[in-house]
Amino acid sequence: MIELENVAYSYGGGELLSDISLRLAPGSFHFLTGPSGAGKTTLLKLCYGALLPTAGHVRLFGADVRSLDRDDIAIVRRRVGVVHQDVQFLDHLSLVDNISLPLTVSGRQADTVTNDLNELMTWVGLTNRADALPPELSGGERQRAAVARAVIMSPDVILADEPTGNIDWEMSQRLLRLLIELNKMGKTVLIATHDLSLIRAAKAQVQARVLRITNRRIQLAGADL
Amino acid sequence: MKLDLGSLRAFIKGDTHADRVVPPTGFTAQLTLFAAAAMAFLAVFALALSLAAGRLADRWGDELARSATIRIVAPLDQRAAQTAAALAILETTQGVASARALTDAEQQALLAPWFGSELVLDALPVPRLIEVIEDADGIDAAGLRLRLSAEVPGAILDDHSRWRAPLVEAASRLRLLGWVSIVLIGAAVAAMITLAANAALAANAQVIAVLRLVGATDDYIAQAFIRRFTLRALGGAAVGTVLGMIAMIFMPSASAAAGFLTGLGFQGFGWLAPLFIPVLAGGVAFLATRMAARHTLRELT
Repeated sequence: MIELENVAYSYGGGELLSDISLRLAPGSFHFLTGPSGAGKTTLLKLCYGALLPTAGHVRLFGADVRSLDRDDIAIVRRRVGVVHQDVQFLDHLSLVDNISLPLTVSGRQADTVTNDLNELMTWVGLTNRADALPPELSGGERQRAAVARAVIMSPDVILADEPTGNIDWEMSQRLLRLLIELNKMGKTVLIATHDLSLIRAAKAQVQARVLRITNRRIQLAGADL
Repeated sequence: MKLDLGSLRAFIKGDTHADRVVPPTGFTAQLTLFAAAAMAFLAVFALALSLAAGRLADRWGDELARSATIRIVAPLDQRAAQTAAALAILETTQGVASARALTDAEQQALLAPWFGSELVLDALPVPRLIEVIEDADGIDAAGLRLRLSAEVPGAILDDHSRWRAPLVEAASRLRLLGWVSIVLIGAAVAAMITLAANAALAANAQVIAVLRLVGATDDYIAQAFIRRFTLRALGGAAVGTVLGMIAMIFMPSASAAAGFLTGLGFQGFGWLAPLFIPVLAGGVAFLATRMAARHTLRELT
């Protein structure tokens, strides 16, 4: 689905990532970890075409990212659900409109999938907040709304960047269960986090592989976690 | 973004969801409307000026160019003979549709405003006038002068060009200025819409980033802005045009004495011309916003 081959990325002068090879197979569950500033967010951005590698090849669904034009990238993003650490919404639209935004922008009328939408809202536990505006939501509600928005198009891949960054333990457990359930439905999941206890909690429920960025390179972490 | 009839219809009808993704703006929207209305109001007057100046130039250029006058200045006893000779020449001159000598009565009527109606022409050496009406090709004035000077020494040809030319030139220049004003107004509308669209795009950078993240294409994002600004320019210009046309209706109509100016206004089908102003303003806004949006979006990931 997403393949990185000898990828390097440098900002200005210094090289942040080098010689990274990674293959996200369908249905796999990966954690990406490493110290702050190691390049976790950069790596995720490379995976959904927000950044172009300075060396090497990134293939999204079989197509080299350099050969894709802006519209192709937009189409790719309909197949990749992204959850950011600081989720941004359209603050003037209600929560339910925000969650169905990917449908709206891809030309599918949200009205035709009302049942799916209601089910999704129930699943993330936000049914009674449907008409709230994003600024009125708590941190946990925003994160769950972000997951809902990321999965509404039924994407093949879900990329989450510190999805539990600013929510409490209980809420992050709930969010993790959502992501594990999605993986059990066949979605490929990649979660960037520095929260080792979250990874441990996940390993008890799903067969997850842990990738660690150290010294600009990526390596498979051992069983010590 | 292909622009066929179907997509135009869809554009006008709009996608309510797409419109809503860009937050509404109150005050700047009204400024855009106001500026479009003011520009359209000015454009109505520039258009009226151009059309009126055009009518004037055409009339002076066309009607007067089709006639010339020959004066026969000769001693009384030779006047009739020379007039006959001149008429004979005119009959064989190319480009002359008809020529006739004015009668005494007609000449008296022409002179009456200056000398009174009791004037006895026979007592004065008044030159005989010959009115020449040209056909579509016109006459070769220089050639005719040469022939007349050889055979009718007392004949003087006046093809009116001496006093007509500067008037036609002035009217043509006035018409040109009118059109230049319309082009400038159009350019100012484009500049104003571009500035407003750039401001809107900059203010909505976060909205655009979110839309890109969830898979919106550039066309989709641009459309929301383009539609908004096009409709504002169209609406504002429509109001301005209607106000301008109302002002034109209530212009004091030119009396016979001021007929020289033919009246600054629209005549007949000319009243339809200003109706194109809002359409043009909308078109200009469409192109300006599209360029601004494309330019801004290309620089984002």
